[in-house]
Amino acid sequence: MSDDHGHNPRPLSDVERRARALEELLTEKGIVSGEFIDRVVEAFARDIGPMNGAKVVARAWVDPGYRQRLLADGSAAVAELGFGGPEGDHIVAVENTPEVHNVVVCTLCSCYPWPVLGLPPTWYKSPPYRSRMVREPRALLAEMGCEVPEDVEIRVWDSSAEVRYLVLPERPAATDGVGEAELAALVSRDAMIGVARP
Amino acid sequence: MTELVRPEVRQMTGSSALPRDNGELVFDAPWQGRVLAMALAVVEDRGLVWDDFRRRLIAAIAADPDRPYYESWTTALTDLVVEAGVVTRDDLDARAG
Repeated sequence: MSDDHGHNPRPLSDVERRARALEELLTEKGIVSGEFIDRVVEAFARDIGPMNGAKVVARAWVDPGYRQRLLADGSAAVAELGFGGPEGDHIVAVENTPEVHNVVVCTLCSCYPWPVLGLPPTWYKSPPYRSRMVREPRALLAEMGCEVPEDVEIRVWDSSAEVRYLVLPERPAATDGVGEAELAALVSRDAMIGVARP
Repeated sequence: MTELVRPEVRQMTGSSALPRDNGELVFDAPWQGRVLAMALAVVEDRGLVWDDFRRRLIAAIAADPDRPYYESWTTALTDLVVEAGVVTRDDLDARAG
């Protein structure tokens, strides 16, 4: 960062100049290094968030063996793709089928599989979601834009510190031949909580 | 540092919560990620706890709620390093030009 004086295509903003001054001084004091900063930025930007979960789901859609392993031991299958960490223990994947729609809630607080889904959305932590998803899941899902047909059973899973659920949505129709990365892009965070269908 | 993405950082809530879109972090420019990382490094190096930074971040946001998040973050980081005696405001001003 310190050798780009005069090489910037546009003038630095005031805050950019202050950020750069901080980095230069902290580097000179030996408190930070460019290499450390790069590693942190990469970890924050790429290694957490719903993309990890989407990759898990897409892999399960294209690889029946992986799908079986995911349903048998979610944490181990998630770890196979390199995801995990303190809140990644005890991940259980529940599979949507034409007959069953799964949805996840944490009735006590906001337990959530961070390593695959990132931060929980605000509504996930709200008391109305936590109580109504247990009492009247079909009505609440419809209000959230997720209509579940009457003949489809809704299963509500209560996450806890011991078990954190991840919904494996049904693969969308007409996606034969679509690549794994493209499939992952179809998987939303909400689909993996069970309040949307991909 | 054993864990780069520390839970107490990514789980901040309220005004100090990291800006996200559909759960993924949003950085509008590279310097924003760099000031995020610097705060982690300073807390670690000085033997502080994350709350020492978070309190200053909340105060910086409260002082100017319309200011973009990572500008408040930079202000909080400046306060932290100055109060920790790592650098002086004069050094920073001189360097920032």
